Amino acid sequence: MSDRAHTRSVVLGVAWRTLHRLYTTPALLLPSLVFPLFFFLAFAGGLSSISKVPNFHYPPGYTAFQFAFVLLQSSAFGGVFTGFGIAADFEGGFARRLLMAAPNHKAVLAGYALAALSRTLLTGAIVFGVGLAAGMNVDGNGVDLFGLIGLALLVNFAAGMWAAGIALRFRSIQAGPFMQIPVFLALFLAPVYVPQSLLKGWIHAVAGLNPVTAVLNAARSLLAGSDVHIALGFAAAAGLSALFVLWALRGLRRAENAT
Amino acid sequence: MSRTRRAGLAFTLMQMGQLARRSVMRPLRQPAQIVPALVFPLFLLAVNSSGLSSAINLPGFPTRSYLTFALAVPFMQGALFAAMNAGTDLANDVESGFFNRLALTPLPAPALLAGMLGGALALGVVQAVTFLLVGVAAGAGFAAGTGGALTILALSIVMSVGFGSLGAFVALRTGSGEAVQTMFPLFFVSLFLSSMSLPRDLIQTDWFRTIATYNPVSYLIEGIRSLLITGWDAHALALGFAVAAGVVAVGLAAASLALRTRLVRT
Repeated sequence: MSDRAHTRSVVLGVAWRTLHRLYTTPALLLPSLVFPLFFFLAFAGGLSSISKVPNFHYPPGYTAFQFAFVLLQSSAFGGVFTGFGIAADFEGGFARRLLMAAPNHKAVLAGYALAALSRTLLTGAIVFGVGLAAGMNVDGNGVDLFGLIGLALLVNFAAGMWAAGIALRFRSIQAGPFMQIPVFLALFLAPVYVPQSLLKGWIHAVAGLNPVTAVLNAARSLLAGSDVHIALGFAAAAGLSALFVLWALRGLRRAENAT
Repeated sequence: MSRTRRAGLAFTLMQMGQLARRSVMRPLRQPAQIVPALVFPLFLLAVNSSGLSSAINLPGFPTRSYLTFALAVPFMQGALFAAMNAGTDLANDVESGFFNRLALTPLPAPALLAGMLGGALALGVVQAVTFLLVGVAAGAGFAAGTGGALTILALSIVMSVGFGSLGAFVALRTGSGEAVQTMFPLFFVSLFLSSMSLPRDLIQTDWFRTIATYNPVSYLIEGIRSLLITGWDAHALALGFAVAAGVVAVGLAAASLALRTRLVRT
């Protein structure tokens, strides 16, 4: 078998195992499906009158406004949950055996990333279906929606690499809060409930510096069929992905040295 | 009361005190239990009170400060953390076999339960005092004044004991810390599907307003909120305390039954 074929078989093998484990263990699958739906219903349903605040302007409506956030949140947590899986594999000893058996260790990481991307497509499709059923307006065209999916996948990849970097360094599920809490903070320090222009005080300043704000604004623009903020959003998501790939690769090196 | 009965009662109270002391000291020795229970609600308060501050411009919003409106929520979250901590500690005792050894002592079951809920009560006090102090420091309004702040403290303690006993019920029923942890999403859902972010009459979506109206958590939050925004609102307070007392009654009854079953198994 050539090197390329070896690498491909490792990537697909790790991804298949991760997805198989996910879809055959309801305790792992259900939280990642139920939580985004719950947030979507709670925010879009409970806060819909926020759209009546003076100067709130988002033509597709508050349901679509919140859908963009929930889609990115579910994508990010899909990546984080994959980090949990890597940590659990190290705790169980499986990941060490995997690193010894695989000729290309980066392929192992790529396999986990592929599983995270597949997982987020399913979650995103379910949240999108529920959004449409709840009467969400989508003003963007097919290209915009394709862009939205791409943005969500980039966010998933960035969060997955962040969590993988932590998991490869600590190699214990006890590091779960270190994977989860920074992602949670970054998401909630963006303009979650109202557009950035309506934020006041410290949160306005923090949201302005938070790269997730650019990604969220881009997702909302894509849903609204507008081209404002889109390039900046993709640049922020790509930048975060590149940064966290380096972070994960350095973590992989540490895990290799420890194995 | 005969001397023997008095001595027996004193002995039971002493043992109960020992258990309560252990239950209080345990979370204090584990910052990982205390810190999230204080930090997480305060973080959400900071984010929500800033992020949703423009909601005060909605016609009919009851106050000009969203911080004052949102300050009621951390007390409810604190009670949920009390449930998780009390349940997890008790489940650990069951898993480690400590509970079995305790069951062999002559301590009556209600005293055993009361002693073990001491930690939830202590955590409830620490959380409520912290949230009140943070509220004062951040400039939240206290329409009912000092008496109102003390009433909030009292309601928070009742809520912590009530939710703590629900956590104890799950721990005794299942004997598993993991099962207690799975309750967290359920509690989280009950919090978010309430009037935590907007007054019920300003919730625009019908189905959400209906769920929030049937959700007892709404009345706990509104009871505390009334003291912050309105002053002494007898109706909101009566509903808040009634719901809290109901949670205590249901939680203690369920935990007592589960305790009896577990003692029989032991």
